[in-house]
Amino acid sequence: MANPLEQFTIKTLIPIPLGEVDASLTNSGLFMVLTVAAISLFLTIGMRQRLLVPGRWQSLAEISYEFIACMIRDNVGSEGRKYFPFVFSLFMFILFGNLIGLIPYAFTFTSHIAVTFAMAVVVFLGVTIIAIARHGLHFFTFFLPTGVPKVMAPVLVPIEILSYLSRPISLSIRLFANMMAGHTMMKVFAGFIIPLGILGGWAPLTVDVALTAFEFLVAFLQAYVFTVLTCLYLNDAIHLH
Amino acid sequence: MWKLKIAILSISILALLTCVFSTSVQAAGLPQLDITTFPSQLIWLVITFAALFMMMSRISLPRISQVLEERQHKIDDNLKKAVSFKEEAEIAAEAYTKAQAEVREEAHAIIMETHTQITDNMATKQAELAEELEAEIKAAEGSIIDAKVIAMAVIADVATEVALSTTEKISGEALNKKDISKVITNILEERQ
Repeated sequence: MANPLEQFTIKTLIPIPLGEVDASLTNSGLFMVLTVAAISLFLTIGMRQRLLVPGRWQSLAEISYEFIACMIRDNVGSEGRKYFPFVFSLFMFILFGNLIGLIPYAFTFTSHIAVTFAMAVVVFLGVTIIAIARHGLHFFTFFLPTGVPKVMAPVLVPIEILSYLSRPISLSIRLFANMMAGHTMMKVFAGFIIPLGILGGWAPLTVDVALTAFEFLVAFLQAYVFTVLTCLYLNDAIHLH
Repeated sequence: MWKLKIAILSISILALLTCVFSTSVQAAGLPQLDITTFPSQLIWLVITFAALFMMMSRISLPRISQVLEERQHKIDDNLKKAVSFKEEAEIAAEAYTKAQAEVREEAHAIIMETHTQITDNMATKQAELAEELEAEIKAAEGSIIDAKVIAMAVIADVATEVALSTTEKISGEALNKKDISKVITNILEERQ
């Protein structure tokens, strides 16, 4: 049986040495490019006709736009409009990355901690910079919830700071672990199909079919969770509680 | 409270993962923890995400928002138009009701006028006819009186003749015609 973790191996396709740094185009990089191309194609072809009464593809493009616009409006408010392009790009990038990764033999770049952690750190740093730019030193009152007795401060402030610092970690690990676990599970069950033969192979095959459907849900859900949490962090940064 | 939970959860996950990875990295070599692949992943992530962000913010999103705005404008416009059309229709309906009432009144007036005209006409015609009939009656009465006078005269003559001849036959002597005529005329006038 093949190693179920083998699917996550990064393979160099076009070696590009950039001095000391290895900037090679790998299977991960290729699927990032494909994801961006798919998103652009989806939105360009969808909005090609600019119909007053939208067709199927245009409806999908508009729904994805309004989905994120609504998410920002509900979670951040009108001040979040500035960050709409970033949040939209983030959502589409993760969603399409997850979905394209479900195609057999495709690579899922969101199953790598390096990628998810980089995105989470960008969100974390961006949100912190926005908060400090908006509130200055007042930002640090964020770590002492209002209405808490002063006696509790020595206990609560470290916990709050720790929970704040753990945001990028939980954000990145949630996405990476979900994608990796799902793909590993599918691979493990797939590995049982042929060895169990024509009689017993149906059971893992059925499980894999169900898992595939479940992974589609997870692909969407994790993109949604990542984006919603980004919106909540943005809200915290703009409104401080 | 949930922040605390998330914090504890994420720390425990992290601890668990480091435990799992530190053992499994040596055993299976988890591809995710191969640090040599990080630079290329990050470089391509930055390139592709920057490209995506540029494309979304410059081209795709403005285009979608433009279409959505246009649609909203169109809907608002049509609603406005519908309201104005409705107002126009209401005005037209009012005018129609007004015109109808006017026409009805006019028709009523015409009917009344015609009615009075006909009544007047009938009255004059009737009066004329009555007059005519009266005149005719009067003329007839006149002629009757004339005829009566003539008849009376004739009767007087005849009576005179009859009386003259009667008395002549009975008494054998002829009376004066003038006297008899006078007497008979008197009698007739008395009886009348």
